[in-house]
Amino acid sequence: MLVTLSSDQEALRSTTARFLDERMPVATIRGLRDEPAGYTDAYWTQACELGWAALLVSEEHGGGTVSGNPLTDLSLIAYEVGLRAAPGPLTPVSVIAETLSAVGSESQLAVLEQLMSGTATAAWAYGEPAPHDALGTVETTMRVDGDHVVIDGIKRPVENASHAAYLLVTGRTDGALTQVLVPAGTDGMSIEELTSADLTRRYGIVRFDGVRVPLDAVVGEVGGAEERVTRQLKVALAIQNAETVGSMQRAFDLTLSWTADRYSFGRPIGSYQEIKHRMADQVTWLEAAHAIADAAIVALDADTPDATELIHAASAFIGGFSGEMLQDCVQIHGGIGVTFEHDLHLFLRRVTVNRATYGTPAEHRRVVGRLATQTMPGAAA
Amino acid sequence: MSTESVEDFRARARSFIRDNLKPLNPDSQFGALRNDRTEEQELAYVARDREIQRMLFDNSLAGICFPKEYGGLGLTPAHQQAFNEEIAGFEFPQRFQAPTIAPCAAVLLDFGTEEQKQRHIPAILKGEEIWMQLLSEPSSGSDVASALTSAVRDGDDWILNGSKIWTTGAWWSDWGLCLARTNWDVPKHRGLTVFILPLHQDGVAVHRIEMLNGSKEFCQEFLTDVRVPDTDRVGEVDGGWTVGTRWMFHERMLFSSPLVTTPKGNLHGAAGSGSLVAVSRELGREDDPAAHELIGEARTLELTKLNLNPRIAESMTSGRLNDQAAAIGRLFNGYTGQRIFTLEFDLAGSQGAAWCDNDGAARASGEDFLMRQAACIGGGTLEMARNVISERVLGMPREKSIDKDIPFRDVPRGAPSQR
Repeated sequence: MLVTLSSDQEALRSTTARFLDERMPVATIRGLRDEPAGYTDAYWTQACELGWAALLVSEEHGGGTVSGNPLTDLSLIAYEVGLRAAPGPLTPVSVIAETLSAVGSESQLAVLEQLMSGTATAAWAYGEPAPHDALGTVETTMRVDGDHVVIDGIKRPVENASHAAYLLVTGRTDGALTQVLVPAGTDGMSIEELTSADLTRRYGIVRFDGVRVPLDAVVGEVGGAEERVTRQLKVALAIQNAETVGSMQRAFDLTLSWTADRYSFGRPIGSYQEIKHRMADQVTWLEAAHAIADAAIVALDADTPDATELIHAASAFIGGFSGEMLQDCVQIHGGIGVTFEHDLHLFLRRVTVNRATYGTPAEHRRVVGRLATQTMPGAAA
Repeated sequence: MSTESVEDFRARARSFIRDNLKPLNPDSQFGALRNDRTEEQELAYVARDREIQRMLFDNSLAGICFPKEYGGLGLTPAHQQAFNEEIAGFEFPQRFQAPTIAPCAAVLLDFGTEEQKQRHIPAILKGEEIWMQLLSEPSSGSDVASALTSAVRDGDDWILNGSKIWTTGAWWSDWGLCLARTNWDVPKHRGLTVFILPLHQDGVAVHRIEMLNGSKEFCQEFLTDVRVPDTDRVGEVDGGWTVGTRWMFHERMLFSSPLVTTPKGNLHGAAGSGSLVAVSRELGREDDPAAHELIGEARTLELTKLNLNPRIAESMTSGRLNDQAAAIGRLFNGYTGQRIFTLEFDLAGSQGAAWCDNDGAARASGEDFLMRQAACIGGGTLEMARNVISERVLGMPREKSIDKDIPFRDVPRGAPSQR
């Protein structure tokens, strides 16, 4: 999270924090373990009343930011969510709301209203199963047949798939990307619920077997979604990174307190140099994660030329180090760190799903490396 | 006379730089970590740095944040920042930044007498004096306050004896800022005094240390009965740790100091992703996803480092973190430096292990890997940074020390090291 917030941003952050503290204490989150959607509609509607789904939506459509920097504002919410490993479809709803606000038809803008009020949620059906699971691979087809589009393919993992009223699905029409907004329950579409590593975040496999939707379900132009899909990925990564940094921060805080409270051989374990050095490493990775997450978000809001490189670099760094840092927190806790009773696993779970759902750290590194190879002048040895 | 605005200053700096300076030659990079130049080449780079510093001085562009009474411009950090942006990509007087301008000149500004400041600061800004910090000793690296170099009073003078080490480029430097022991009967921090002395004099033998890669830029000085007048003492007698604390603060703050020219985007001499891209081109691996992954990791670390340092600086200004948090930047720089050398070597493969004269970037990667840990040692080891972060930033329990409250002469010492 940014070191310095404007007063409006601080108000947004503290309102979010108060809401989550009251509505989502850790006992409640634990109780959602067996909730089918991982959250209740009542909770999500309240979150939407606070404007969670509206930050990336234009003012014309009833949205708006507090600071003029929509992703930065949204990242404050995502960070507070991550600090508590709180539930809710913040990423898919935000990504889809922004898209509908930008290019949605009249009927799609009606869907946007439902998303903003929380009366409906959505799922972003982007990634595909192996062997087509590399970041950015799309094999799903969308064939235009008269005034219909026919969808064939499989999407996996799709966050919030079972509970979503609408799915934004990406496929190819004659090689070019197309996106279609498919209502839940459409004939030929089936959803298989997956077991998630996270306690409250649900994913599904969505299969499309000759699914026919009317042409007006297409979002934007047929074959014209390339740029928008790229943008959606960046937004999803920005939200996810902010959330992961929140979970890293909380795990670090828990672990630092533990090193003061836990005694071994008559002294706090935090008095051993080995533990001190590990905590020094942790706070360094943590501060670095804050720094690169924010740099990418600020660049995306300002639409600077380095935004693409920064968001993938942030995802590579945060994806890689969050896992290592959380596991080190577990190690320093000892046996209690691998129990269900201790809260640490809530944060370990969240960073674990985040580091794998929209590209692995290695995939993001490859994107950054390819960009560097293409753009750097013949450099000095 | 009104103060020159940042934008006027920027325009003036830009036109001078574009009219008078050449594009930065990466081969001229100042540093002790690569063995890539002859003695004549290094001396030519030194001469050019002196020349550029003089040109900057003559055109009222030197010492931007130094006070006017000592030859500086008396301008603000924003002016220095504008200069840093304008000079990016051009040659600049690298060998005057560290340690001459900071920490040495910065320490003189803080603690020097009026005569010392009048004599040396303008000379530094004119390119006439390059300074070295005579701080580390063969017997003490991290534990600087356990210095054994002694200074004994003799009338109006002091007589210095001992040895200092890890001075980069002392063989072509002019002056040294030296921490010496003046009292052995008090605890270690209370018996130190700081002096300044010319390096080219009888009694100072400068020995060039050969590093494992053949570089000879690091030096060791042997001081034998060096006579220093009391007027060349900096700070109080036995008050050297007060000076030293500030000295090391300036050293840690080096690349965010408003006194120092740090061209925007400069990564302080570390190999960066640019070197990796050069290796991948040399080996024809531009389209290899495995190469992209290695380059991507290096670039990711580099971008993270570039964004971490301003975050730490902002956090110290806002009070979110105390000023010891500079050690977080140090730790991350060290980690990043060693990791990037490993990535570069992995990318180069066997050509980093055995090379011929035609191998450019790939050959350098093997030598860089051999010297990898230097990034984690020089300028304060990572272990010391971890101590500072855990104890001073996170407030974890301090290590017990057994040498704080006993006379320094009674502190146990190991056998003298090889040097």
